[in-house]
Order: sequence, then C-alpha cells, then structure tokens
Amino acid sequence: MLYLKSLLIHLKGQMQYKMSFVFLLIGQFLTAFSAFLTIYVLMQRFHTVKGFTYPQVLLCFAVVLLSFSLAECFFRGFDTFSGIIANGQFDRILVRPRSAVYQVLCAKIELTRLGRLLQAVLVMVYAIPHSGVIWTADKIGVLVLMILGGVAVFSALFVLYAGICFFTIEGLEFMNIFTDGGREFGSYPISVFGESVLKFCTYVIPLALFQYYPLLWLLDMTDKVFYAFTPLIGALFWLPALLVWRLGVKNYVSTGS
Amino acid sequence: MIELQGITKTFRVARRSGGMKEAVKALFRREYTLVQALKDVSFTIGDGEMVGYIGPNGAGKSSTIKIMSGILTPDSGTCVINGCTPWKDRKRHVKNIGVVFGQRSQLWWDVPVIDSFELLRDIYRVPEGTYKRNCEELCETLELSEILRTPARQLSLGQRMRCEIAASLLHDPEVLFLDEPTIGLDAVSKIAVREFIRRRNREHGTTVILTTHDMQDIEALTERILLIGKGEILLDGSLEALRQRHAKVRKITVEYSSGTFPEAAGITPLEAAPGRASFAVDTDVLSVSQAIAVLTGNAEVTDLSVQGASAEELVVSLYEEFHI
Repeated sequence: MLYLKSLLIHLKGQMQYKMSFVFLLIGQFLTAFSAFLTIYVLMQRFHTVKGFTYPQVLLCFAVVLLSFSLAECFFRGFDTFSGIIANGQFDRILVRPRSAVYQVLCAKIELTRLGRLLQAVLVMVYAIPHSGVIWTADKIGVLVLMILGGVAVFSALFVLYAGICFFTIEGLEFMNIFTDGGREFGSYPISVFGESVLKFCTYVIPLALFQYYPLLWLLDMTDKVFYAFTPLIGALFWLPALLVWRLGVKNYVSTGS
Repeated sequence: MIELQGITKTFRVARRSGGMKEAVKALFRREYTLVQALKDVSFTIGDGEMVGYIGPNGAGKSSTIKIMSGILTPDSGTCVINGCTPWKDRKRHVKNIGVVFGQRSQLWWDVPVIDSFELLRDIYRVPEGTYKRNCEELCETLELSEILRTPARQLSLGQRMRCEIAASLLHDPEVLFLDEPTIGLDAVSKIAVREFIRRRNREHGTTVILTTHDMQDIEALTERILLIGKGEILLDGSLEALRQRHAKVRKITVEYSSGTFPEAAGITPLEAAPGRASFAVDTDVLSVSQAIAVLTGNAEVTDLSVQGASAEELVVSLYEEFHI
C-alpha cells in the first residue's frame, strides 16, 4: 500500500538524522509533560474540578492528548500545508495520478510526535484503573470511540486549516486556537469552562462531542445513552472540512515559475 | 495530440506600497490588481513533435505548462490533450504525462534515488515488468547506476537533473513537459540532457514541450518554436524560418591597432572596447564586402570576423520586434 511505503520512506529519511530524531522525540515528551504537571499541581490544591476527580481529569487529558498526537502524527501534511503550497510541492501532487488528499496524507508523517503519544499512553495507563470506572466491554468500546472521534475531529481541523490556506496564507494562526488550543483546554472536561464554551465546542467546533459527553457516560454521571455515541457525530466534522478543501483546490493558484 | 483553444487566465495580485503605514493599512483593506497572464492562447501540437516554448520572464510560459499539466484551471478556453481536459480528468490525464520542473525536485530528499523511483512506481501503478524495463533503460542511457543508491540531497545538480528526468519517464508518458531542464547545469551535463531528450523523442516518439531561456537548448532540440510575450502567442514557426527572416543582419567584429571607423548607412556600432569593436550590418543597405571595405578603410585592422545571427541574438531581436 502506498501509505505504508510512504511511511517507510519518511522513517528512512528521519533516520538519516538520528540524533535530531531522538531529541525531537524527547522534546515532544517533555512538552506534553509540562501540561501534565499543570494538572497535577492544580489538582493537588483543589482535588476536584466541577465534580471530576484527579484521575478522571487525567483520563480526559489522556484521551485528548492521545487523539491529538495521533492526528498530528499522521495528518501533519495538512497541519503544515501552507509550506507545501509555498515550496511548490502541491504542484507536484497535482501532476500525479492519485487523490490530492491521499497524497498530502502521505507527504508528511511526523514520527517524532510519538513522544507525545507515549506520554498520553502512560497517563492513560495510570488513569484507567484509578478513574473509578468499572471497565466493562461497552465502556472500553466507548473509550476507543472517544479516541477515534478525537482523531477525526483534530484531523478534520487540520484539513479545514489546509483548505483555508488556498485562499490566504496570512493570519492563519487563529486556527491554532482550535488545534493546539483544543489540545490544551481539552485537558479538562469542557464544562469546566462554562456554558458558552461548552455550547461552542458542541455546535461549532465539536471538541466536546468526543470528550465531555462520552466522558459523562463513562463516569456514570448521566443516563443519556446517546452521549456514548456523540464521537460519531463529531466525526461528521470531516464533511465541512472536505468541502472547504475541495473549493480550495479549485481555487488553487500555483506559485512562482 | 495537444490542442489549446482560446485559453485565458487572470491572476489577482495583492498590491501595496512599501513602508510600515502601508503594511498596517493592508491588514484591513487590500488592493488587488488583475494580471492577465494568458490572453486567448491557441495552438496545436502533433504527436511526436518537439516544441520549444520561449519568451521572457513572466510572459506566461509556466502558466501555460501548468494548465496543460492540470495544475491550474484557466478562466476560459479549452485544452484537450490526448482526449483529456487536464483540469477535469486530472488523474487520467497525468498518467500520460511526465513533468520536470527544473527548479523543483520531485525526488524524496533524504532517501536514495532508487527508493524514490520505487515509490513513483507505486504512485503511478506501473506494472513490475514495465518498471524494470524502463528503469534499466533509463539507468543505462542516463548513466544512473552509480548514483541510484545515493540520497537525492547529496547529488550534484547535474546528477539530480538526470534523476529527475528519469523519474518523470518511469511510467512511459506520451507527453513530456520540461520547464527549464538545463537551468544551472554545466556544459557537459547540458549536452548529456539534450542528447537524452533527443533520443527519447526519436526512439519512443514522446512529444516534448520545452521551456527554456537557453537558446542552445532550442537550437539543439526543437524545430518548432512558440514565442509568447505578455500572455499572447506572438509567433509559431520553425527555427529555420525565423533565421531566414532575420538573416539580413550580420555581425562584424574587428580587432584593430589604430585608426577610426567612419559612420555609414546600414552599419550600427554594437560594442566598442579599446582595440576591438563590433558592428551590425544590414545587408539590405550594403553588402558584407562593402561594409568590410568601409570598416577597414581608415583603420589598421588585425583581425576580422563575420557572424550570422545566433539563436540568442535571434531571440533578442524577436523580443525587440514585439516590444516584450
């Protein structure tokens, strides 16, 4: 499969710079660690946040971090898409007989992001037994669904970002509020930030759909069963993202000679 | 068969003057100017032709190539290449074309060239047998076997360009677009690349469309020239016909130890340096021997040479003629 072969090429390429690879991996691990530390310090002082205990917040943190780093690792091409346009790589992609989305997916696979992933897995391993959830098959299923839904939402955000790049390359930093920002404040159950943020993260950028609502169900804080399936609705965020992308490709003006 | 009919393309370019104040203003309101890159471009290129596409920088060469290779969508006009409209049947179309951008690499930078080739084989879904045959042939004719295991970033420009050309031909394209393929190459590499392109065209019947600023490329490779300026096709003809048209001008270079050169109708001074001068002679006004008589009449000439117009000068005079 083309994707696996591209993965191999990236791996080979990144192995050309072994030290850099290792340091980036460690760096990624440490950055994520600082986020973890903040939660730790806060929880030492306050013990619960809006009714969520420390391990429960950690569970939330781990889900968001895990899905973010998976999305970033494999959808990095969209995250750095302005560069792909600027250096003419997108011209190259268009003269090859494969779908453009698929090729951008193959264009950049950032394995150093696995450092962050490792951190998320460690936190997850701690939080799972301590969260007070009795882990039955359906609960495990929902946890997996949350992570997959998170990957879908974050990757859709990257695709949306890339789609906007076709129209303007300037001032796109605001998108980071939703991607990096989403990762940061997604460390806590979204309800912590109040009603309006929760509404925004439900109806506009569906971060709460894979995080807050299914978490409530996991922790037996709600009896609404459909909360367990909201990550599926969140995944629909791909549709508007793809629409913007399609419009962008049609509007594409190449650069330079 | 390549047919372009009335292709028009306009770009919107943001415009602002320098300075901090203007930069801040541009944050809120931006002014745009419309630049018409291509105006009603039409031409037809038959199978197996080699065409040189020339014009000054910014004339619209790259835009045309990008439209023909499916990267850009024109505002209006039709383009049919072997039955496909590039921007509509993109995937089907690009299977049949090879594109080399002289300034941009298509190889994966950090891995050996052979890995790039194999990935391209998968991208284009080239059958194993065809791939092997093509790879062997290309490696032999472009002398790649020594460098196949080297990462692309460690290749010299000449080596890399040979790999780029091979990479664009692995899937047996019927049409090959070369956008400045010899840019920055040394003389030996240039000749090798030209030789290969000629051979490819002869042996495989590949249609070649070449943009370049190197007139020796044009001279060595193409019979037909398309001249574009300010987005319009100005001329479509053979190099030979162009030469005929501009054959009336000769250049005479003299080296002399003393003396002066009188002014005469039909003789235009081109360059003057101590002991050396050159003149353009319009043979409609006076013959070459008359011109030599005029030039040697008043000076002690040590050496003298007469040249017809080179392709380079031909193009300069073309650009002048069309004011581009």
